[in-house]
Amino acid sequence: MSRIETAFFEIGSLDTLAGGDTFVHRLDPRAKVVTTLIFICCVVSFQKYQLSALLPFFIFPAVLLTTAQLPVGFLLKKLLFVAPFAFFIGVFNPFFDQTILFHVGPVGISGGWVSFASIMLRFCLTISMALILIATTSFNGVCMALEKIGAPRVFTVQLLLLHRYLFVLVGEASRLVKARALRSFNGRGTGMTVFGHIVGQLLLRTLDRAQRIHLAMQCRGFTGEIHQMRLFRFGWHEFFFTLAWSAVFLILRFYNLSQLLGGFLLEFAQ
Amino acid sequence: MHMADALLTPAVGGTMWAATAGTIAYCSRKVKLEMDDSKVPLMGVLAAFIFAAQMINFTIPGTGSSGHLGGGMILAILLGPYAAFLAMASVLTVQALFFADGGLLALGCNIFNLGIFPCFIAYPLIYRPLVGESPSQRRIFLAAIVSAVFGLQLGAFGVVLETVLSGVSSLPFNTFVSLMQPIHLAIGIVEGLVTAAVVLFVWKARPEILKYADSARSLCGLSLKKVLVGLAIVTVVTGGSLSWFASANPDGLEWAILGVTGSEEVEEGESGLHAALAWLQECFAFLPDYGFAQPETSSEKVAEEAAEAWPAVDAGTSVSGLIGGIMTLALAALIGLLLKRRQRPQVG
Amino acid sequence: MSHHIVAVKDLEYTYPDGTPAIQGVSFRITHGESVAIVGANGAGKSTLLMHLNGYLTPREGSVQVGDFPLTKATVSDVRRSVGMVFQDPDDQLFMPTVFDDVAFGPLNLGLPAEDVKVRVSDALSRMDVLHLKDRPPYKLSGGEKRAVAIAAVLSMSPDVLVMDEPTTGLDPRARRQLIAQLDSFQHTKIIATHDLDLVLDLCQRTIVIHAGKVMADGPTLEIFNDGKLLERCHLEKPLRLQGCPVCGRD
Ligand SMILES: Nc1ncnc2c1ncn2[C@@H]1O[C@H](COP(=O)(O)OP(=O)(O)O)[C@@H](O)[C@H]1O
Ligand SMILES: [Mg+2]
Repeated sequence: MSRIETAFFEIGSLDTLAGGDTFVHRLDPRAKVVTTLIFICCVVSFQKYQLSALLPFFIFPAVLLTTAQLPVGFLLKKLLFVAPFAFFIGVFNPFFDQTILFHVGPVGISGGWVSFASIMLRFCLTISMALILIATTSFNGVCMALEKIGAPRVFTVQLLLLHRYLFVLVGEASRLVKARALRSFNGRGTGMTVFGHIVGQLLLRTLDRAQRIHLAMQCRGFTGEIHQMRLFRFGWHEFFFTLAWSAVFLILRFYNLSQLLGGFLLEFAQ
Repeated sequence: MHMADALLTPAVGGTMWAATAGTIAYCSRKVKLEMDDSKVPLMGVLAAFIFAAQMINFTIPGTGSSGHLGGGMILAILLGPYAAFLAMASVLTVQALFFADGGLLALGCNIFNLGIFPCFIAYPLIYRPLVGESPSQRRIFLAAIVSAVFGLQLGAFGVVLETVLSGVSSLPFNTFVSLMQPIHLAIGIVEGLVTAAVVLFVWKARPEILKYADSARSLCGLSLKKVLVGLAIVTVVTGGSLSWFASANPDGLEWAILGVTGSEEVEEGESGLHAALAWLQECFAFLPDYGFAQPETSSEKVAEEAAEAWPAVDAGTSVSGLIGGIMTLALAALIGLLLKRRQRPQVG
Repeated sequence: MSHHIVAVKDLEYTYPDGTPAIQGVSFRITHGESVAIVGANGAGKSTLLMHLNGYLTPREGSVQVGDFPLTKATVSDVRRSVGMVFQDPDDQLFMPTVFDDVAFGPLNLGLPAEDVKVRVSDALSRMDVLHLKDRPPYKLSGGEKRAVAIAAVLSMSPDVLVMDEPTTGLDPRARRQLIAQLDSFQHTKIIATHDLDLVLDLCQRTIVIHAGKVMADGPTLEIFNDGKLLERCHLEKPLRLQGCPVCGRD
């Protein structure tokens, strides 16, 4: 499958997941957005050599994954695909930071390796939460939450329209790419000039489409504001969800659960 | 070139979020004031177009590798800076949510790097003056390339600053800069060529479309000063506040701050900065790791202390941390499994 | 009920690039009529329809919808009473879910939430697509999209339904279903199409346009039996009126 169709497929499948009907899916999007943001802030607020205290945070994605019945493999695969940048930057740490932090047997572990591992842990936590958020809350829901939290309506409408026409335009673009692929040989026809024409054509069609959509909006009484009926409500469930998880995150932020548990075990063993 | 959550501290991420959110609010107001309701669908569909266009790749002449369209410059040329910024921000938001490009905290940085620089710096300061009153094929070509390169260089520099100031990565400033800027010079030239190709196509086929955006020029000419002042404030606040959170490599950091503001100004601005920082510090006071105990000390001292304090992790605590960590991880998995088992009868 | 008339007089329109798309078109459609506007590709059908809701402003001539001529002052009232169904339903379904899309118009009318809900479910059930309520439009089939687009227009309770090529891209079954549904509506209908079989089923009157001019205006059967006229306008007799190619009988 070409890149363009993979991307198309991925967005579609996340949207399908978001159509589920579990406790997590039914929660008001605001509760999930706020809780996710608190989670991310707590995770990234640790100092760079922190490893063990990060691990307990995996409880949150694990619980959400299972209660929302999301396919774990699908999310893991997505996680792997987007790893490069964090990896690319993080992998330099072992070169620049060679202070030995501690020894495991005869091998000295340098700060660089520890912080590299820490980066990758943070990466897994933050990105998987972003994915879980969208897979349990439709894009529409996230936009609604953003608006309720205070994002300007102009911007949320912009997000909604982008999401709506993404599929239409990606479909158009993939047809153009197919047409080009069928008629170009030995790399001829895939150069810059043809590209300019293809993308230019797509752009002109897009502009015409924008005009037609505007007309369609006007025909139904549009005067610059898009109104939407919102059927969500922030009830006790949401309240407890947000409060309980935030409390858990804060506790995990200040008390290193791994450390405590490990220390307890070691003492017990002695 | 997407910034990632994993490399950010909350302070850097939060500052950039605030700066970006402010710009979005400002641009939304601007766009709303323009009262051109045909822009509503136009912005939405053009943002989707950027997405689609980024998926069409082409062969870069002579290399055999492939490149694709950037986006910020094309949007700015077609929509004017304010609407273009909102459109670009929406593209990056969707990328962050659906493709997990970067993550949610880094979204602020990414919108800043890829939205503000092309829309509010490269477009009004480079593209417009170069194209001038009477556009010609050569002028458009040149302007598109120079502005795309410039915009991307600034964006890459933004990534470097945000990463170094966060200090999660140990890359020294100079190394990182000399890594990022040349790479993005190449990418920028390619992006510029493509932008030029598309803009020229539209210019030949439907010249009236490009005239549409011209009206935005007077607009951005007017408020450009404001934008620049805003940017300067953000830079100073960011740079200043970040020095507090800075970590194990004070050299790189010093270098960066010297490079951005010049040493004297930092000294002068110290008292103002401190006031701002004291306030910031109260907001973030729940994060004990950041050496907030002595707000009066200079940034270097804090950094030194931090550097001393952090590596002092002794083996004992590390081992217990390791064991406990594995335990909690197992616990998380176990909770997941239990929940799953409990659910199964309901589902089936 | 004379207020549902649609009258076009000496209409002329030239696109900014100089294409003379409409060159003197006049007709008058009264309440409850179902009229087909047929013509080959590029005849000017879509351009003509764009004048009926004031999207394009005529260079010459006038458009009257209801009791008043269409002007800047009346355009928003006219748009409310003329429901326009576009050729490409993707242009019309711009909201994130089917429900939101159908509710878009009623919400713009400023109706209270309860009324909006009633209107939306009414319109969706009339088109037999109530079950698609929570789906995003991009996950609908062509026929479903078309049905939802029509429901979105119906929810505004327009007096006149204007449709641009409603059957393009539909499979035979979806097309049949759509024709049956349209047939059950009491609205004044104006349908631009080159699907002449659809015209036979739905419209008593046909206006033929060619190169921006009215070539004929009269009862559908009369026009479709005039082979010369159809040929001149690059159209073909509907299959049902053609002789049977197998047995050769007329
Ligand atoms: N936006 C436009 N700009 C210039 N010419 C146009 C435009 N749209 C349509 N035309 C031209 O106007 C004529 C009528 O087009 P149209 O009304 O779309 O025909 P139909 O809908 O009957 O196929 C055609 O010659 C077409 O090329
Ligand atoms: Mg047409």
